Amino acid sequence: MDTSAGLYLAIARGGFRRYSTYRVATLAGAFTNTVFGFILAATFLALWRAKPGLGGYGTEQAVTYIWVSQALLVTVAAWGGGFQDDIQARFRTGDIAVDLYRPVDFLGWWLAAELGRAAFQLLTRGVVPLAVGVLAGQAVLPHSVLTWPVFLVSVLLAVLVSFGLRFLVSVAAFWLHDADGLRALMLVISMFMSGMLLPLTLFPEGLRQAAQALPWSAIIQVPCDVFLERYGDRPLTGRVLGELGFQLLWAVLLLAAGRLAQALATRKVVVQGG
Amino acid sequence: MADPLVARVCWAATSWRLAAAMWMRAALSYRTSFVLTSLGSLAITGLDFVVLVLMLRHTGRLGGWTLPEIGLLYGTSGFSLGVADLLIGSVDGLGERIRSGELDVLLIRPAPALSMVCAERFTLRRIARPLQALAVLGWSLGELPLHWTWGRILLLPTLLISGTVIFGAVFVAGAAVQFWWDESREFQNAFTYGGASLLSHPPGIYARKLLAGATFGIPLAFVNWLPLLYLLDRPDPLGLPAAFGLASPLAAVLSALGAGLAWRAGLRAYRGTGS
Repeated sequence: MDTSAGLYLAIARGGFRRYSTYRVATLAGAFTNTVFGFILAATFLALWRAKPGLGGYGTEQAVTYIWVSQALLVTVAAWGGGFQDDIQARFRTGDIAVDLYRPVDFLGWWLAAELGRAAFQLLTRGVVPLAVGVLAGQAVLPHSVLTWPVFLVSVLLAVLVSFGLRFLVSVAAFWLHDADGLRALMLVISMFMSGMLLPLTLFPEGLRQAAQALPWSAIIQVPCDVFLERYGDRPLTGRVLGELGFQLLWAVLLLAAGRLAQALATRKVVVQGG
Repeated sequence: MADPLVARVCWAATSWRLAAAMWMRAALSYRTSFVLTSLGSLAITGLDFVVLVLMLRHTGRLGGWTLPEIGLLYGTSGFSLGVADLLIGSVDGLGERIRSGELDVLLIRPAPALSMVCAERFTLRRIARPLQALAVLGWSLGELPLHWTWGRILLLPTLLISGTVIFGAVFVAGAAVQFWWDESREFQNAFTYGGASLLSHPPGIYARKLLAGATFGIPLAFVNWLPLLYLLDRPDPLGLPAAFGLASPLAAVLSALGAGLAWRAGLRAYRGTGS
């Protein structure tokens, strides 16, 4: 048990270090997130100036929402990518069959690498745009210091939910041979239903309820709301815990489904003769 | 002097066409994926407009512009970026080709390197964005009570072509930076995709400095803001003379020249990685 924990830690560290080699690319990415932050913040300012309190957000909160969502975009891979690209490449070469028989758990391996990647992206492409937003006088930080650790837990759960969804898409390639199409579909749903493009409270009623119940809202909307202290600046109230519980529930369900899909895929590879 | 230049441009175009056709056949070998990713592209670009519709549902206007007017902005910027991306957007993969050493292989081929890099992984799937933008543009034109004159009718194709050239120039200039900085690919996303996002909202909501930068720095304002302000008889937030609304072709030619020079400078500076 102890050795396997060390192993996963090493994989995670590898994921972190792998992304940290591309310094200019990281800088360029943070720059792009920041530019988008300014463009979208201007749009939201115009919108909220016309109708203050829209969707239950104050103007300051709405603009902060933009900066936090830009900071989370790459960390939680709302746009897809991360380990998905690696698995896809291994499908193309056929190496994927070997992966299933490694003495390391397939899901565990990729999850550890993904957590390492997310940690690196949060420290770079997360911190930079948010810091610029704050320095530009647009984004406001939480009132309570306690909100920070709760926010970090929420981000971790967001990464787990996002991983769970993307893992299912990747494993589907065992049956579809090429998961590109499914991935494209998932991207559309993820961008829209996560609240990345627009806070879900601005959606028309039925769509809003559906979006808030589906796992994608756990990826962007929930961590943003936690950061904005939408549930009051005493972070450990029942409402905040309810939101974290919602994220945890989806994370557990999706990872269990991923585990099941992996078992089926292993059997399928045996049938096909590897 | 003119003849060799024309011949070179034609040869570059032919090279691009042949390479693009080859990549197209390759993409079609996974037919289901091709169809699904095309539909995915159509939906993902359409979402931006859905978001605008959802926003305007609450306020009616954004920065003083109605939904059909914003549709004009959205349609023209989406179309220009989309066609430029379809035709030469692959040029942003230059850094990867430099790192892998593949660029060296292209340089010894008897065809222009720029054509080859632009046609890399060409896929018709990217036609989804301009098509969807064109649909929004058509809807907007139908909704708006525009008083059409010949000049205004001509303005529309002129701005679409000029806009495509300007975005194309941004793609090539951004790629040229990768000769020095092979990981700089994402910088260019800020100006291409970020630019299209900027241009699909009314200019009045942005700070004056940003507007000045988009007019005199990277001339994105000529893609649609300036000509559409002219078309809709709206005052320019920067107070520029109306003639700027007609200057898009000039801005396009200057951008293309600038991008061409940047590409040549980059190619000269290129030394290869030795891989």
